Amino acid sequence: MKSVRNHLSLVLALLSILFSMQLYFIVERSIDAYKVKLSQNYSVIAVSKEELSSEAFAKINKIVSQAKEIAPDSVIKRLSSDMKSTNVELLKLTLPRFYKLSLSHYPSPEEIKKLKSDLLAHNAITKVEDFAHTHDTVYKLLLLFKNVVTLFSSVVLLVTVLLIFKELRIWQYKHNERMSIMGLFGAALWLRSAVLFRLAIVDALLASFVAFGIFTYLSSYPWVLDQFKNIGIDVVVFNPIDDFLMILGVAVAISIVLASLIVLGHKEEA
Amino acid sequence: MDKVIIAQDLSLAYSNNETIINKASFSINSGNFVFITGASGSGKSTLLKSLYGALKPKQGSLVVGGVELKAISRSKLNFLRRHIGIVFQDYKLVKEWTIEKNIMLPLLINGYLKSVAQDQVEKLLKHVRLNHQIGKYPLELSGGEQQRVAMARALAHNPILIMADEPTGNLDEYSSQLIWNLLEGANNQLKTTVIVVTHNIPKNLSVDYKHFHIEYGNIHEIR
Ligand SMILES: Nc1ncnc2c1ncn2[C@@H]1O[C@H](COP(=O)(O)OP(=O)(O)OP(=O)(O)O)[C@@H](O)[C@H]1O
Ligand SMILES: [Mg+2]
Repeated sequence: MKSVRNHLSLVLALLSILFSMQLYFIVERSIDAYKVKLSQNYSVIAVSKEELSSEAFAKINKIVSQAKEIAPDSVIKRLSSDMKSTNVELLKLTLPRFYKLSLSHYPSPEEIKKLKSDLLAHNAITKVEDFAHTHDTVYKLLLLFKNVVTLFSSVVLLVTVLLIFKELRIWQYKHNERMSIMGLFGAALWLRSAVLFRLAIVDALLASFVAFGIFTYLSSYPWVLDQFKNIGIDVVVFNPIDDFLMILGVAVAISIVLASLIVLGHKEEA
Repeated sequence: MDKVIIAQDLSLAYSNNETIINKASFSINSGNFVFITGASGSGKSTLLKSLYGALKPKQGSLVVGGVELKAISRSKLNFLRRHIGIVFQDYKLVKEWTIEKNIMLPLLINGYLKSVAQDQVEKLLKHVRLNHQIGKYPLELSGGEQQRVAMARALAHNPILIMADEPTGNLDEYSSQLIWNLLEGANNQLKTTVIVVTHNIPKNLSVDYKHFHIEYGNIHEIR
């Protein structure tokens, strides 16, 4: 039982860090996925006096991934029944061309502004509709959400780090005694610190595996999946390989840094 | 005869610069059995500290095992300490380790095989009459029992020099005799140099011994 208590404080601290980290990643992924979804639905309409290809639009601003002409044929067909074919051809020539521009990613308001001015700078393009107002609201909402979660994660991280530093002094005291005694019997520094590093790595592994278990469970938990289904995005809550390796790396790195701090702060009693 | 310890005009002080030992000169031969006496606060523990390199000489020279401690490197000091066994006045047992593991510490540091070390620990536990306490932690033992664990740890690696700071301070007649027998045995059979700080030198000692007395910062060789 003694050993369980020895491990608990660091394992809990590590878990809280890993949680806030993973939460941040999940939110970032959700927002990215949502942006892709939005960018698929979002487009800019440009009116041009002459024919322009997708490449031509991309040259104007490379955020444009595709330009699709909104075919005037259907409109013209309805008119053409009462018109001579020569007139139809004439009409086709004089009628401006409407383009629906799809974008490579969900743009920021600045990118939209830039795109609009770039497009208008082209002498064939006469009018641009960017639906900026709707876009702005959605974009700001996303940004707000992301900021709130970032803030939350940072606060959790900060509080945990403060707690760890408070604990560190206790650990330092505890390990200092053993390390001093080992030193009095001639143990080299590596041997004196070996116990500490082993403990730190065991704790990091423990925290990583507990986090792995919890996230694996959460990532298949119906309520969680429903949340993402409801907004129509597909998000990897926890990737058992990439995310686990990262969690493991972070946990091991943190505990090795902590162990090193203890070793560096180790003072031998005279 | 080899000199294990040579002190010349040795002065000792802590960081507050108050002199505890003042220009003492003495030497201890290999295989000597030495008692150090003196009033409480006279500097007995301080002198031992300097001998195992935990307190650097302030002035003068102190050579232990052929190395000058004044300017010893950390790795040399580690090497030296691996051949010394110390019973500290406050025992200095590792609380989170069982008594077996505590006794095993010097063996572990000296790179003994685990099986050899385990046999040795078992033997020592019997010698200090603690084999019924196997598996316990230091704080689960009485003061006298902890002191005997410290004794067993100091003997574990058959050091060439043993320093014991009041090793019978907390023990009854019977247990004290046990400790003296162990120290005498090491001195007799392994020619271990033994330095003991004590308030009462046992009467029935079978070995010849030296006796230093510390008073007002001076070390007097009484015998
Ligand atoms: N770490 C320290 N820092 C400063 N002064 C110390 C320190 N340790 C001991 N002293 C002082 O050094 C003097 C000698 O102490 P020491 O422990 O050597 O005495 P001692 O002879 O072992 O006494 P006792 O018989 O009570 O164990 C004391 O006056 C004590 O106050
Ligand atoms: Mg003392």
